Amino acid sequence: MEKRHFHRELGELNRKILKMGNAVENLISRSVESLKKRDTELARDIINSDEKIDKMEIDIDETCINLLALYQPMAIDLRFIATALMITTDLERIGDLAVDIAERTLELADKPLLKPLIDVPKLATLAEQMVHQSLEAFINHNSDLAIEVCRHDDEADHLRDLVYMEIIQIITNNGSVAPRAIPLLLVARHLERICDHATNIAEDVVYMVQAQMLKHHPR
Amino acid sequence: MKKVKIATYNLNLWFGKNHVLKNINMQIEENKVTAIIGPSGCGKSTFLRCLNRMNDLIEDTRIEGKVLLDGENIYGNKMDVVSLRKRVGMVFQKSNPFPKSIFENVAYGLRIHGEKNKKKLQERVEQSLRDAALWDEVKDRLDKSAMGLSGGQQQRLCIARALAIQPEVVLMDEPASALDPTATNKIEELIQKLKEKYTIVIVTHNMQQAARISDYTAFLLMGELIEFQPTAKLFTNPENKKTEDYITGRFG
Repeated sequence: MEKRHFHRELGELNRKILKMGNAVENLISRSVESLKKRDTELARDIINSDEKIDKMEIDIDETCINLLALYQPMAIDLRFIATALMITTDLERIGDLAVDIAERTLELADKPLLKPLIDVPKLATLAEQMVHQSLEAFINHNSDLAIEVCRHDDEADHLRDLVYMEIIQIITNNGSVAPRAIPLLLVARHLERICDHATNIAEDVVYMVQAQMLKHHPR
Repeated sequence: MKKVKIATYNLNLWFGKNHVLKNINMQIEENKVTAIIGPSGCGKSTFLRCLNRMNDLIEDTRIEGKVLLDGENIYGNKMDVVSLRKRVGMVFQKSNPFPKSIFENVAYGLRIHGEKNKKKLQERVEQSLRDAALWDEVKDRLDKSAMGLSGGQQQRLCIARALAIQPEVVLMDEPASALDPTATNKIEELIQKLKEKYTIVIVTHNMQQAARISDYTAFLLMGELIEFQPTAKLFTNPENKKTEDYITGRFG
Protein backbone atom coordinates (compact mmCIF):
# COMPACT_ATOMS: atom_id res chain seq x y z
CA MET A 1 0.00 0.00 0.00
CA GLU A 2 1.20 3.46 -0.79
CA LYS A 3 2.17 5.27 2.38
CA ARG A 4 -0.39 7.77 3.46
CA HIS A 5 0.46 11.41 3.67
CA PHE A 6 0.24 11.26 7.45
CA HIS A 7 2.81 8.48 7.70
CA ARG A 8 5.19 10.39 5.46
CA GLU A 9 4.81 13.33 7.86
CA LEU A 10 5.59 11.03 10.79
CA GLY A 11 8.75 9.94 8.95
CA GLU A 12 9.67 13.59 8.55
CA LEU A 13 9.13 14.18 12.28
CA ASN A 14 11.34 11.19 13.03
CA ARG A 15 14.12 12.65 10.87
CA LYS A 16 13.86 16.01 12.65
CA ILE A 17 14.23 14.36 16.04
CA LEU A 18 17.26 12.37 14.85
CA LYS A 19 18.84 15.55 13.56
CA MET A 20 18.28 17.30 16.88
CA GLY A 21 19.56 14.23 18.74
CA ASN A 22 22.76 14.20 16.67
CA ALA A 23 23.27 17.90 17.22
CA VAL A 24 22.86 17.51 20.99
CA GLU A 25 25.17 14.47 21.17
CA ASN A 26 27.74 16.44 19.24
CA LEU A 27 27.38 19.35 21.65
CA ILE A 28 28.01 17.17 24.70
CA SER A 29 31.15 15.55 23.29
CA ARG A 30 32.51 18.92 22.19
CA SER A 31 31.78 20.51 25.57
CA VAL A 32 33.66 17.71 27.33
CA GLU A 33 36.49 18.09 24.84
CA SER A 34 36.66 21.84 25.49
CA LEU A 35 36.96 21.12 29.20
CA LYS A 36 39.69 18.51 28.79
CA LYS A 37 41.71 20.58 26.32
CA ARG A 38 40.90 23.90 28.03
CA ASP A 39 39.86 25.10 24.57
CA THR A 40 38.12 28.46 25.04
CA GLU A 41 37.45 28.95 21.34
CA LEU A 42 35.57 25.66 21.19
CA ALA A 43 33.71 26.57 24.39
CA ARG A 44 32.54 29.86 22.87
CA ASP A 45 31.50 28.06 19.72
CA ILE A 46 29.33 25.69 21.82
CA ILE A 47 27.72 28.56 23.71
CA ASN A 48 26.77 30.14 20.38
CA SER A 49 25.32 26.99 18.89
CA ASP A 50 22.66 26.63 21.58
CA GLU A 51 20.32 28.87 19.64
CA LYS A 52 20.27 26.34 16.81
CA ILE A 53 19.09 23.62 19.22
CA ASP A 54 16.37 25.89 20.60
CA LYS A 55 15.07 26.50 17.08
CA MET A 56 14.99 22.77 16.41
CA GLU A 57 12.94 22.22 19.55
CA ILE A 58 10.39 24.84 18.53
CA ASP A 59 10.17 23.41 15.04
CA ILE A 60 9.57 19.87 16.33
CA ASP A 61 7.00 21.04 18.87
CA GLU A 62 5.08 22.90 16.17
CA THR A 63 5.21 19.86 13.92
CA CYS A 64 3.82 17.68 16.72
CA ILE A 65 1.01 20.11 17.56
CA ASN A 66 0.06 20.31 13.88
CA LEU A 67 0.02 16.53 13.49
CA LEU A 68 -2.16 16.18 16.58
CA ALA A 69 -4.57 18.86 15.43
CA LEU A 70 -4.79 17.81 11.79
CA TYR A 71 -4.80 14.01 12.03
CA GLN A 72 -5.99 13.11 15.55
CA PRO A 73 -3.63 10.13 15.61
CA MET A 74 -4.30 6.97 17.58
CA ALA A 75 -2.38 4.15 19.25
CA ILE A 76 1.34 3.95 18.33
CA ASP A 77 1.13 7.11 16.21
CA LEU A 78 -0.31 9.03 19.14
CA ARG A 79 2.29 7.64 21.53
CA PHE A 80 5.07 8.44 19.05
CA ILE A 81 4.04 12.08 18.78
CA ALA A 82 3.48 12.42 22.54
CA THR A 83 6.96 10.94 23.06
CA ALA A 84 8.48 13.29 20.49
CA LEU A 85 7.08 16.25 22.44
CA MET A 86 8.58 14.99 25.69
CA ILE A 87 11.92 13.99 24.20
CA THR A 88 12.61 17.35 22.58
CA THR A 89 12.18 19.05 25.95
CA ASP A 90 14.87 16.77 27.39
CA LEU A 91 17.14 17.19 24.37
CA GLU A 92 16.90 20.94 24.63
CA ARG A 93 17.78 20.80 28.34
CA ILE A 94 20.75 18.55 27.55
CA GLY A 95 21.89 21.19 25.06
CA ASP A 96 21.67 23.82 27.80
CA LEU A 97 23.75 21.63 30.11
CA ALA A 98 26.44 21.23 27.43
CA VAL A 99 26.50 25.01 27.25
CA ASP A 100 26.85 25.13 31.05
CA ILE A 101 29.86 22.82 30.80
CA ALA A 102 31.38 25.09 28.15
CA GLU A 103 30.90 28.03 30.51
CA ARG A 104 32.79 26.13 33.24
CA THR A 105 35.57 25.61 30.67
CA LEU A 106 35.81 29.38 30.28
CA GLU A 107 35.94 29.84 34.08
CA LEU A 108 38.72 27.27 34.45
CA ALA A 109 40.77 28.06 31.36
CA ASP A 110 43.06 30.71 32.89
CA LYS A 111 43.59 28.85 36.16
CA PRO A 112 46.07 26.05 36.81
CA LEU A 113 44.58 22.57 36.83
CA LEU A 114 43.41 21.57 40.30
CA LYS A 115 44.09 17.87 39.84
CA PRO A 116 44.17 15.31 37.06
CA LEU A 117 40.59 14.53 36.04
CA ILE A 118 39.59 10.91 36.74
CA ASP A 119 35.94 10.52 37.65
CA VAL A 120 34.73 13.49 35.60
CA PRO A 121 35.84 11.90 32.30
CA LYS A 122 34.21 8.64 33.41
CA LEU A 123 30.98 10.49 34.11
CA ALA A 124 31.28 12.28 30.76
CA THR A 125 31.67 8.98 28.92
CA LEU A 126 28.66 7.57 30.75
CA ALA A 127 26.56 10.65 29.93
CA GLU A 128 27.44 10.46 26.23
CA GLN A 129 26.70 6.75 26.20
CA MET A 130 23.35 7.14 27.93
CA VAL A 131 22.20 9.91 25.58
CA HIS A 132 23.35 7.93 22.57
CA GLN A 133 21.63 4.73 23.69
CA SER A 134 18.40 6.47 24.66
CA LEU A 135 18.22 7.95 21.15
CA GLU A 136 19.08 4.61 19.60
CA ALA A 137 16.29 3.02 21.65
CA PHE A 138 13.94 5.70 20.32
CA ILE A 139 14.91 5.15 16.69
CA ASN A 140 14.61 1.38 16.88
CA HIS A 141 11.58 1.31 19.21
CA ASN A 142 13.76 -0.80 21.49
CA SER A 143 12.34 -0.79 25.02
CA ASP A 144 14.94 -3.30 26.29
CA LEU A 145 17.74 -0.90 25.45
CA ALA A 146 15.73 1.93 27.01
CA ILE A 147 15.37 0.00 30.26
CA GLU A 148 19.11 -0.65 30.14
CA VAL A 149 19.71 3.11 29.98
CA CYS A 150 17.48 3.67 33.02
CA ARG A 151 19.58 1.19 34.98
CA HIS A 152 22.72 3.30 34.44
CA ASP A 153 21.20 6.26 36.25
CA ASP A 154 22.39 5.05 39.67
CA GLU A 155 25.93 4.71 38.32
CA ALA A 156 25.82 8.36 37.26
CA ASP A 157 24.68 9.42 40.72
CA HIS A 158 27.48 7.39 42.26
CA LEU A 159 30.19 8.98 40.07
CA ARG A 160 28.86 12.44 40.85
CA ASP A 161 29.00 11.63 44.58
CA LEU A 162 32.64 10.54 44.22
CA VAL A 163 33.51 13.86 42.60
CA TYR A 164 31.57 15.77 45.26
CA MET A 165 33.32 14.02 48.11
CA GLU A 166 36.74 14.46 46.59
CA ILE A 167 36.21 18.15 45.93
CA ILE A 168 34.73 18.81 49.35
CA GLN A 169 37.83 17.18 50.81
CA ILE A 170 40.12 19.36 48.69
CA ILE A 171 38.30 22.57 49.67
CA THR A 172 38.28 21.53 53.34
CA ASN A 173 42.06 21.12 53.22
CA ASN A 174 42.71 24.36 51.37
CA GLY A 175 39.92 26.90 50.95
CA SER A 176 41.94 29.06 48.57
CA VAL A 177 41.52 26.53 45.72
CA ALA A 178 37.71 26.91 45.82
CA PRO A 179 37.53 29.05 42.60
CA ARG A 180 39.23 26.18 40.73
CA ALA A 181 37.34 23.42 42.55
CA ILE A 182 33.75 24.63 42.44
CA PRO A 183 33.47 24.77 38.62
CA LEU A 184 34.62 21.12 38.55
CA LEU A 185 31.99 20.22 41.09
CA LEU A 186 29.42 21.95 38.87
CA VAL A 187 30.64 20.03 35.83
CA ALA A 188 29.93 16.80 37.70
CA ARG A 189 26.49 18.16 38.48
CA HIS A 190 25.85 19.12 34.82
CA LEU A 191 26.94 15.70 33.59
CA GLU A 192 24.78 13.90 36.11
CA ARG A 193 21.81 16.05 35.03
CA ILE A 194 22.49 15.04 31.42
CA CYS A 195 22.23 11.41 32.57
CA ASP A 196 18.88 12.24 34.22
CA HIS A 197 17.54 13.65 30.97
CA ALA A 198 18.79 10.60 29.07
CA THR A 199 16.89 8.50 31.62
CA ASN A 200 13.76 10.58 30.97
CA ILE A 201 14.12 9.97 27.25
CA ALA A 202 14.54 6.25 27.88
CA GLU A 203 11.43 6.18 30.08
CA ASP A 204 9.48 7.96 27.35
CA VAL A 205 10.68 5.35 24.85
CA VAL A 206 9.32 2.60 27.11
CA TYR A 207 5.99 4.43 27.13
CA MET A 208 6.05 4.75 23.36
CA VAL A 209 6.79 1.07 22.79
CA GLN A 210 4.89 -0.60 25.62
CA ALA A 211 2.38 2.11 26.64
CA GLN A 212 3.67 1.76 30.21
CA MET A 213 4.60 4.72 32.37
CA LEU A 214 7.94 4.15 34.08
CA LYS A 215 8.21 7.74 35.23
CA HIS A 216 8.33 8.35 38.95
CA HIS A 217 8.17 4.63 39.71
CA PRO A 218 10.95 3.01 41.67
CA ARG A 219 12.79 0.62 39.41
CA MET B 1 -21.11 -2.62 40.49
CA LYS B 2 -21.40 -2.83 36.75
CA LYS B 3 -24.41 -4.48 35.24
CA VAL B 4 -24.55 -6.23 31.90
CA LYS B 5 -27.57 -5.07 29.92
CA ILE B 6 -27.04 -7.08 26.76
CA ALA B 7 -24.82 -10.11 26.30
CA THR B 8 -24.24 -12.03 23.09
CA TYR B 9 -23.03 -15.62 23.14
CA ASN B 10 -21.54 -17.23 20.04
CA LEU B 11 -23.71 -15.06 17.87
CA ASN B 12 -23.54 -16.12 14.23
CA LEU B 13 -25.50 -14.72 11.33
CA TRP B 14 -25.77 -15.75 7.72
CA PHE B 15 -27.40 -13.90 4.85
CA GLY B 16 -27.96 -16.83 2.51
CA LYS B 17 -24.54 -18.49 2.26
CA ASN B 18 -22.73 -15.39 3.40
CA HIS B 19 -21.42 -15.80 6.95
CA VAL B 20 -21.69 -12.21 8.16
CA LEU B 21 -21.20 -12.46 11.93
CA LYS B 22 -18.87 -15.04 13.41
CA ASN B 23 -19.07 -16.15 17.02
CA ILE B 24 -19.56 -12.74 18.56
CA ASN B 25 -19.30 -12.73 22.33
CA MET B 26 -19.82 -9.33 23.83
CA GLN B 27 -21.14 -7.87 27.05
CA ILE B 28 -22.72 -4.45 26.88
CA GLU B 29 -22.82 -2.58 30.14
CA GLU B 30 -25.89 -0.76 31.38
CA ASN B 31 -25.91 3.06 31.26
CA LYS B 32 -22.75 3.15 29.20
CA VAL B 33 -22.05 4.05 25.61
CA THR B 34 -20.63 1.17 23.59
CA ALA B 35 -19.27 2.01 20.16
CA ILE B 36 -18.88 -0.45 17.32
CA ILE B 37 -16.20 0.43 14.77
CA GLY B 38 -14.79 -1.33 11.74
CA PRO B 39 -14.45 -0.96 7.98
CA SER B 40 -17.47 -0.99 5.66
CA GLY B 41 -18.98 -4.43 5.36
CA CYS B 42 -17.44 -5.74 8.59
CA GLY B 43 -20.88 -6.49 10.02
CA LYS B 44 -21.22 -3.69 12.53
CA SER B 45 -24.68 -2.54 11.42
CA THR B 46 -25.80 -6.16 11.11
CA PHE B 47 -24.59 -6.78 14.65
CA LEU B 48 -26.48 -3.73 15.89
CA ARG B 49 -29.63 -4.90 14.14
CA CYS B 50 -29.34 -8.29 15.85
CA LEU B 51 -29.87 -6.57 19.18
CA ASN B 52 -33.52 -5.76 18.45
CA ARG B 53 -34.13 -8.44 15.81
CA MET B 54 -34.27 -6.02 12.90
CA ASN B 55 -32.53 -8.64 10.77
CA ASP B 56 -35.62 -10.84 11.11
CA LEU B 57 -37.13 -8.62 8.44
CA ILE B 58 -34.47 -9.61 5.92
CA GLU B 59 -35.19 -12.71 3.86
CA ASP B 60 -32.94 -15.76 4.00
CA THR B 61 -31.34 -14.74 7.29
CA ARG B 62 -30.16 -17.40 9.71
CA ILE B 63 -29.09 -16.60 13.24
CA GLU B 64 -27.44 -18.89 15.77
CA GLY B 65 -26.32 -18.20 19.31
CA LYS B 66 -27.92 -16.09 21.97
CA VAL B 67 -28.57 -12.43 22.63
CA LEU B 68 -29.57 -11.89 26.25
CA LEU B 69 -31.38 -8.74 27.30
CA ASP B 70 -31.35 -8.60 31.10
CA GLY B 71 -30.55 -12.30 31.00
CA GLU B 72 -33.43 -13.27 28.71
CA ASN B 73 -32.75 -14.62 25.22
CA ILE B 74 -34.40 -12.27 22.73
CA TYR B 75 -34.36 -15.04 20.13
CA GLY B 76 -36.23 -17.34 22.52
CA ASN B 77 -39.75 -18.57 21.74
CA LYS B 78 -41.39 -16.49 24.42
CA MET B 79 -39.98 -13.19 23.21
CA ASP B 80 -42.54 -10.82 21.70
CA VAL B 81 -40.70 -8.87 19.01
CA VAL B 82 -42.91 -5.79 19.26
CA SER B 83 -42.32 -5.41 22.99
CA LEU B 84 -38.62 -6.16 22.42
CA ARG B 85 -38.35 -3.26 19.98
CA LYS B 86 -40.17 -1.08 22.48
CA ARG B 87 -37.44 -1.86 24.99
CA VAL B 88 -34.63 -1.60 22.44
CA GLY B 89 -35.20 1.46 20.28
CA MET B 90 -33.29 2.49 17.20
CA VAL B 91 -32.10 5.62 15.41
CA PHE B 92 -30.82 5.43 11.84
CA GLN B 93 -28.16 7.17 9.77
CA LYS B 94 -30.64 9.09 7.67
CA SER B 95 -33.18 10.93 9.73
CA ASN B 96 -36.62 9.70 8.76
CA PRO B 97 -39.30 11.90 10.26
CA PHE B 98 -42.86 11.12 9.27
CA PRO B 99 -44.59 13.73 7.08
CA LYS B 100 -46.55 14.90 10.08
CA SER B 101 -46.26 17.65 12.64
CA ILE B 102 -43.39 17.70 15.10
CA PHE B 103 -45.78 16.78 17.90
CA GLU B 104 -47.32 13.88 16.01
CA ASN B 105 -43.90 12.47 15.12
CA VAL B 106 -43.01 12.12 18.77
CA ALA B 107 -46.50 11.05 19.83
CA TYR B 108 -46.70 8.43 17.08
CA GLY B 109 -45.19 5.53 18.99
CA LEU B 110 -47.28 6.31 22.05
CA ARG B 111 -50.46 6.40 20.00
CA ILE B 112 -49.84 3.05 18.35
CA HIS B 113 -49.15 1.63 21.78
CA GLY B 114 -52.66 2.81 22.70
CA GLU B 115 -52.02 6.00 24.64
CA LYS B 116 -55.08 8.24 24.28
CA ASN B 117 -54.83 10.52 27.30
CA LYS B 118 -54.11 13.96 25.83
CA LYS B 119 -52.38 15.35 28.89
CA LYS B 120 -50.17 12.30 29.17
CA LEU B 121 -49.28 12.53 25.49
CA GLN B 122 -48.34 16.19 25.88
CA GLU B 123 -46.21 15.48 28.91
CA ARG B 124 -44.38 12.63 27.27
CA VAL B 125 -43.80 14.53 24.03
CA GLU B 126 -42.35 17.47 25.94
CA GLN B 127 -40.13 15.25 28.08
CA SER B 128 -38.86 13.34 25.05
CA LEU B 129 -38.11 16.54 23.17
CA ARG B 130 -36.30 17.87 26.23
CA ASP B 131 -34.30 14.65 26.59
CA ALA B 132 -33.37 14.93 22.92
CA ALA B 133 -32.24 18.55 23.50
CA LEU B 134 -34.72 19.83 20.93
CA TRP B 135 -37.53 21.28 23.05
CA ASP B 136 -36.29 24.87 23.19
CA GLU B 137 -35.91 24.98 19.42
CA VAL B 138 -39.37 23.62 18.57
CA LYS B 139 -41.68 24.37 21.50
CA ASP B 140 -43.35 27.25 19.64
CA ARG B 141 -44.03 25.26 16.49
CA LEU B 142 -45.04 21.81 17.59
CA ASP B 143 -47.91 21.80 15.09
CA LYS B 144 -45.65 22.61 12.15
CA SER B 145 -44.39 19.93 9.79
CA ALA B 146 -41.30 18.03 10.89
CA MET B 147 -40.07 18.22 7.33
CA GLY B 148 -39.29 21.92 7.86
CA LEU B 149 -36.64 21.17 10.48
CA SER B 150 -32.93 21.22 9.69
CA GLY B 151 -31.06 17.91 9.22
CA GLY B 152 -29.63 18.01 12.75
CA GLN B 153 -33.03 18.89 14.22
CA GLN B 154 -34.70 16.09 12.26
CA GLN B 155 -32.20 13.61 13.67
CA ARG B 156 -32.82 14.82 17.22
CA LEU B 157 -36.55 14.55 16.49
CA CYS B 158 -36.01 10.90 15.54
CA ILE B 159 -34.13 10.43 18.80
CA ALA B 160 -37.05 12.05 20.67
CA ARG B 161 -39.42 9.72 18.84
CA ALA B 162 -37.35 6.74 19.93
CA LEU B 163 -37.23 8.01 23.52
CA ALA B 164 -40.98 8.67 23.71
CA ILE B 165 -41.83 5.02 24.23
CA GLN B 166 -39.28 4.89 27.06
CA PRO B 167 -36.85 2.26 25.79
CA GLU B 168 -34.10 0.81 27.96
CA VAL B 169 -31.56 0.57 25.17
CA VAL B 170 -31.06 2.91 22.23
CA LEU B 171 -29.28 1.56 19.16
CA MET B 172 -27.79 4.23 16.91
CA ASP B 173 -26.58 3.44 13.43
CA GLU B 174 -24.30 6.25 12.25
CA PRO B 175 -26.59 8.88 13.80
CA ALA B 176 -24.39 11.85 12.94
CA SER B 177 -22.70 10.88 9.70
CA ALA B 178 -24.97 13.06 7.58
CA LEU B 179 -24.71 16.07 9.87
CA ASP B 180 -22.48 19.13 9.95
CA PRO B 181 -19.97 19.58 12.82
CA THR B 182 -22.30 21.74 14.94
CA ALA B 183 -25.21 19.31 14.64
CA THR B 184 -22.82 16.40 15.21
CA ASN B 185 -21.59 18.10 18.35
CA LYS B 186 -25.17 18.42 19.63
CA ILE B 187 -25.85 14.74 18.99
CA GLU B 188 -22.62 13.78 20.76
CA GLU B 189 -23.45 15.96 23.76
CA LEU B 190 -26.89 14.43 23.77
CA ILE B 191 -25.52 10.89 23.79
CA GLN B 192 -23.43 11.71 26.85
CA LYS B 193 -26.57 12.91 28.61
CA LEU B 194 -28.74 10.02 27.46
CA LYS B 195 -26.52 7.37 28.98
CA GLU B 196 -27.66 8.46 32.43
CA LYS B 197 -31.06 6.97 31.59
CA TYR B 198 -30.39 4.58 28.74
CA THR B 199 -27.87 2.06 27.52
CA ILE B 200 -26.48 3.23 24.19
CA VAL B 201 -24.93 1.15 21.44
CA ILE B 202 -23.65 3.18 18.52
CA VAL B 203 -22.19 2.20 15.18
CA THR B 204 -19.89 4.82 13.73
CA HIS B 205 -17.44 5.17 10.89
CA ASN B 206 -15.85 8.05 12.68
CA MET B 207 -13.18 6.76 15.06
CA GLN B 208 -12.67 10.13 16.67
CA GLN B 209 -16.38 10.18 17.40
CA ALA B 210 -16.19 6.74 19.01
CA ALA B 211 -13.20 7.95 21.02
CA ARG B 212 -15.03 11.09 22.16
CA ILE B 213 -18.34 9.66 23.22
CA SER B 214 -18.04 5.99 24.13
CA ASP B 215 -17.03 4.14 27.28
CA TYR B 216 -16.30 0.89 25.48
CA THR B 217 -15.31 0.24 21.90
CA ALA B 218 -15.63 -2.94 19.88
CA PHE B 219 -13.62 -3.43 16.70
CA LEU B 220 -15.18 -5.72 14.12
CA LEU B 221 -13.39 -7.03 11.06
CA MET B 222 -14.91 -9.37 8.47
CA GLY B 223 -17.61 -10.47 10.88
CA GLU B 224 -15.28 -11.17 13.78
CA LEU B 225 -14.97 -9.28 17.03
CA ILE B 226 -11.26 -8.51 17.04
CA GLU B 227 -11.02 -6.46 20.19
CA PHE B 228 -13.36 -5.10 22.86
CA GLN B 229 -11.91 -2.71 25.40
CA PRO B 230 -12.51 0.41 27.43
CA THR B 231 -12.34 3.15 24.80
CA ALA B 232 -9.27 4.96 26.16
CA LYS B 233 -7.32 1.69 26.19
CA LEU B 234 -8.37 0.68 22.68
CA PHE B 235 -7.36 3.99 21.14
CA THR B 236 -4.08 4.51 22.98
CA ASN B 237 -2.84 0.97 23.37
CA PRO B 238 -4.79 -1.69 21.48
CA GLU B 239 -3.76 -5.27 22.16
CA ASN B 240 -4.42 -6.68 18.73
CA LYS B 241 -2.20 -5.79 15.77
CA LYS B 242 -5.27 -5.70 13.47
CA THR B 243 -6.89 -3.07 15.70
CA GLU B 244 -3.68 -1.05 15.72
CA ASP B 245 -3.42 -1.21 11.92
CA TYR B 246 -7.03 -0.15 11.48
CA ILE B 247 -7.07 2.77 13.90
CA THR B 248 -3.73 4.12 12.69
CA GLY B 249 -4.82 3.92 9.06
CA ARG B 250 -2.30 1.25 8.10
CA PHE B 251 -5.07 -1.16 7.27
CA GLY B 252 -5.69 -2.62 3.85
